[in-house]
Amino acid sequence: MSSPPTPPPAFRAPAAGRGDFDIELQLLVEAIYLKYHYDFRGYAEASLKRRLKAAMARFNCRTLSQLQDKVLHEPAVFSEMLNFLTVQVSDLFRDPTYFRSLREKVVPLLRTYPSLKVWVPGCSSGEEVYSLAILLREEGLLERTLLYATDINLKALQAAQNGVYAIQRVPGFTDNHQQSGGRGSLSEHYSAAYDHIVFDKSLRQNIVFSDHSLATDSVFAEVHLVSCRNVMIYFNRELQDRALGLFRESLCRKGFLGLGAKESLRFSAHADAFADLVPADRLYQKRGDA
Amino acid sequence: MSRHGAARARIEAVVLGASAGGVEALSVLLPALPADFALPVFVVLHLPRHRPSMLVDIFTHKCALPVREAEDKEAVAPGTIYFAPPDYHLLIDRGPQLALSMDEPVFFSRPSIDVLFASAADVYGAGLLGAVLTGANEDGAAGLEAVCEAGGTTLVQRPETALARGMPEAALRRCAPDAVLELPEMAALLKRLPSIDIQRRK
Repeated sequence: MSSPPTPPPAFRAPAAGRGDFDIELQLLVEAIYLKYHYDFRGYAEASLKRRLKAAMARFNCRTLSQLQDKVLHEPAVFSEMLNFLTVQVSDLFRDPTYFRSLREKVVPLLRTYPSLKVWVPGCSSGEEVYSLAILLREEGLLERTLLYATDINLKALQAAQNGVYAIQRVPGFTDNHQQSGGRGSLSEHYSAAYDHIVFDKSLRQNIVFSDHSLATDSVFAEVHLVSCRNVMIYFNRELQDRALGLFRESLCRKGFLGLGAKESLRFSAHADAFADLVPADRLYQKRGDA
Repeated sequence: MSRHGAARARIEAVVLGASAGGVEALSVLLPALPADFALPVFVVLHLPRHRPSMLVDIFTHKCALPVREAEDKEAVAPGTIYFAPPDYHLLIDRGPQLALSMDEPVFFSRPSIDVLFASAADVYGAGLLGAVLTGANEDGAAGLEAVCEAGGTTLVQRPETALARGMPEAALRRCAPDAVLELPEMAALLKRLPSIDIQRRK
């Protein structure tokens, strides 16, 4: 310092650079990890910040430090906050061309296997896994398929397992199903009651719903298809690489990987392990030597 | 940088938000940017959710700069126009790099102008210029306020000259921008970036 103030300050001037919110963010995710073993340390910051600001408003906290206090000392708050941090709502057959490409380009190859395993990581409230189960049933493959639907949010997993959706969503679901090349009517797969629909038990009987974290857990099965769309957009690149590493390890030789419409393997350490299958729909195939 | 009087801001990035009438407004601003324009430009234009966007095709024809639909985790390149894809929020993350999210719509919109502006303000701070253009809702007002609070430069399309004046008016109610401009004036200002002189109003 060129001109020291008099009297000297009682402490050093705060470091320039990261603001208080950034410091508190780092402390909060560390606290959550230490206390609850949920690991948000590899989440993309921009979205995480936005979600935490929503949580601050919900719990009447002026700062993240106040929220941290509640999170550490009131487990019920953490349980609710987990929804702010993890839940996302998708549609049945979201991006219909993805499912059309699955039907046309992937299903013919899946048919050649006597039994199949499919993994839907980050299944949230279940829309993606039911879409796949319906597609597989329509293609006559559901009977020989085991689907793993995994998530870190146990409430979302329970909702997925229940397979109950608001009836207002059905017209959108039905449109998407038609556009995806659906055979027959979507209504063959659910029953409607009052203001909601319930998907058939027979769709669910080949689905295993399970707690699994892409950030901290490891591979649990060899699978033929991983469909993980719009889950890794919430991860930073390092965590994306970890997750893609799990998919790579889990997939059988020449297994299939589907990503979200605006996600790409281009920026990943595992790009070379996969070949493009349908680039427009982000369908990849694991290379035979990877 | 002083928030008072004439300030010389060094702009590093531009965010634009538009809704109803947005294609027309952006057709004045974006083609005005010269081929050697050095800054990234991020654009949210409200769109029908379930259709692929034609914006890249439309503006590639009109613009000297490369026009892209944003992809998740893409590193921000200078002199490039990025559109938010339909049915995703576009955010700017540290790096800087692009980030997408499927969080709840804001004011029934995904992508949301507020989400883009707030995240870009967080990354670029005083180096951000944000402009709210024509539109019929309130998206963008909170975002422009965030740009202002981060020390960035804020512009609003003059409501009387907007095809839909609701969005510029909502932005003006929420924050006092550095300038309220008609589109040709705004285009003239943008193409002189990164250096601009604005008589700051606050």
